[in-house]
Amino acid sequence: MATITTAPTRAQLSAAQPVRLDSVGRTFDTPQGPRTVLREVDLEITPGEIVAIIGASGCGKSTLLRQVIGLDRPDEGAILIADAPTHDIDPRVAIGFQEPRLLPWRTLAQNVALGLPRGTPDVVGRARVAELLALVGLEASAGLRPRQVSGGMAQRASLARALARNPGVLLLDEPFGALDALTRLKMQDLLLEVHAAEPTTVILVTHDVEEALYLADRVVLLGNLAHGAERSVQSVTRVPGSRPRDRASAELAALRAELLEGLGVTTNHTPAPDPDAHHSI
Amino acid sequence: MSEIATGTGTGPVTDAQGRPLVGLNHLTPAHGDHRTAGDGPVRTDEDPRAVSDGTAGTADGWAPEPDSASPRGHGRRRRSRLARAALVALGVVVPLAIVVVWHLVTTGGLVPAHQLPSPGSVVDAGVDLWQRGQFQVHVAISAQRVLAGFAIGSLLGLVLGSLVGLSRWFAAAFAPTIGAIRAVPSLAWVPLLILWIGINEDSKVTLVTIGAFFPVFTTVAGALRHVDPHLVEAGRAFGLRGLQLLRTVQLPAVVPTVVSGLRLALAQAWLFVVAAELIASSMGLGFLIIDSANNGRVDRMLLAIVSFAILGKLTDSLIGLGEKHLLKRWT
Ligand SMILES: Nc1ncnc2c1ncn2[C@@H]1O[C@H](COP(=O)(O)OP(=O)(O)OP(=O)(O)O)[C@@H](O)[C@H]1O
Ligand SMILES: [Mg+2]
Repeated sequence: MATITTAPTRAQLSAAQPVRLDSVGRTFDTPQGPRTVLREVDLEITPGEIVAIIGASGCGKSTLLRQVIGLDRPDEGAILIADAPTHDIDPRVAIGFQEPRLLPWRTLAQNVALGLPRGTPDVVGRARVAELLALVGLEASAGLRPRQVSGGMAQRASLARALARNPGVLLLDEPFGALDALTRLKMQDLLLEVHAAEPTTVILVTHDVEEALYLADRVVLLGNLAHGAERSVQSVTRVPGSRPRDRASAELAALRAELLEGLGVTTNHTPAPDPDAHHSI
Repeated sequence: MSEIATGTGTGPVTDAQGRPLVGLNHLTPAHGDHRTAGDGPVRTDEDPRAVSDGTAGTADGWAPEPDSASPRGHGRRRRSRLARAALVALGVVVPLAIVVVWHLVTTGGLVPAHQLPSPGSVVDAGVDLWQRGQFQVHVAISAQRVLAGFAIGSLLGLVLGSLVGLSRWFAAAFAPTIGAIRAVPSLAWVPLLILWIGINEDSKVTLVTIGAFFPVFTTVAGALRHVDPHLVEAGRAFGLRGLQLLRTVQLPAVVPTVVSGLRLALAQAWLFVVAAELIASSMGLGFLIIDSANNGRVDRMLLAIVSFAILGKLTDSLIGLGEKHLLKRWT
């Protein structure tokens, strides 16, 4: 029987991948001596899961994402995508950086096209770019240069560029940070729609606890080693219920208070009164 | 108030053009920011004078229309075009004044003609040389040397500059040597080039090449080393590497700097062609200068100098035009 070899199809490329972080550590050499930013990060992410990473500024969230895509190598431990250790930039992984990082001499459409998988036929690519620009509400701005658009528009273009890759693992570093409150809510729902249509694995860094609880299956709280944390991962919280979630749910409010306390914020949250409490008075 | 109030009933009181009249509408404040959507005509045909205190330009529909539509905008644009024309004219005034003073000084007998001939006699010298077919040859041969040397030199500068700018190893190995060669004054090369290559076109083009190489080399190498690392990283994250990364991110990022390097290189090329022609040549504008000096033809020397000025400025303006276009495209 003849074996037929075909190039990986789009479906194969976009199949959600499992990600495993195996006691990952990263130490930077600085003029002030070595500085450990990540220590013993253990995390197992199932295909199609959305994991949110929260933590104070400077605790190593962006550094962690850079390890996963292969822009930086861990000094300790390993990162496995689909059970194989990563060595280099992995074509199945796409990233939306904390800053838009668009090429200033290209139009938004051309910038989004940069994310297309290598070897995408021109016609297919153009259609996909148009589709993605419409998805993030930028179809009218396709021909504009990055300097001609607002920060929020640039960030949406950057998100579209990451989606253009059809990634098996999507890394998003505070993707909605530069957006106004209303657009931010819309984009969160958009991300969930995209995820429902093509359930890729998502690792999302955010400062916004509510956003984490609304979007994620699990929320990972990172601590800052420089401020005395023993290891990077402080807690992993499974978010109850299934998406789409009720933004106002009391259960989430309690979790939110708990996570905010973990971030060192005083919430003044009083738990809902327990009906049995009457007896003890 | 001379306006005729036509509004009746529940709508706002408006004038003949449908503008709400200030002071006659309790529910329609003059300032747009308190107005509610259902308040009758919300957009006036912009005329700030209709509002007593002149604060009409708020963001919600009362903003003045674009300049092009208002007569004021027309006037402003015409004025700015006039101003620009005036500036260009001003740039022509100074050279004209120089020629006039030059003319007066020489015809007035203030300076003897064997030191400074009059502008008229310089023109005559030019016409004379042109009719003998020599002027064209001198200009053509100099321009050819400049263009050939400029093309080869800037290409080499682009290639070597890219290597030094992109590879730390390459920079460590070659940058000091290239820097030292750069420090050699141009004229010092001439005897050596003549010895090695001979008194011919090649040695002259080589000298011009040396002159054009360095500005391009230095600007390209420097600019590539300072390309925004965030952009380079973004390129890498999306699978670009090596030549592809160079073509997609690094080279486009340095286009503006490279163009200014090319501009410098062209100026250097004209500088070096004179060095080459002054010393060993039988043709070209530089030769015209040295030959005329030996024959006491000051008018031809001045002719050559004016030609250099015009040719240099002309080629520089050409690159300048290209630069403007490129800057629009790449930044
Ligand atoms: N290449 C590097 N060399 C030295 N130190 C680095 C390097 N990259 C990151 N760091 C340090 O690692 C720490 C974590 O950086 P990182 O960008 O991951 O923080 P973050 O959690 O993403 O913060 P933020 O929320 O502000 O984006 C910082 O203190 C930073 O100074
Ligand atoms: Mg960060």
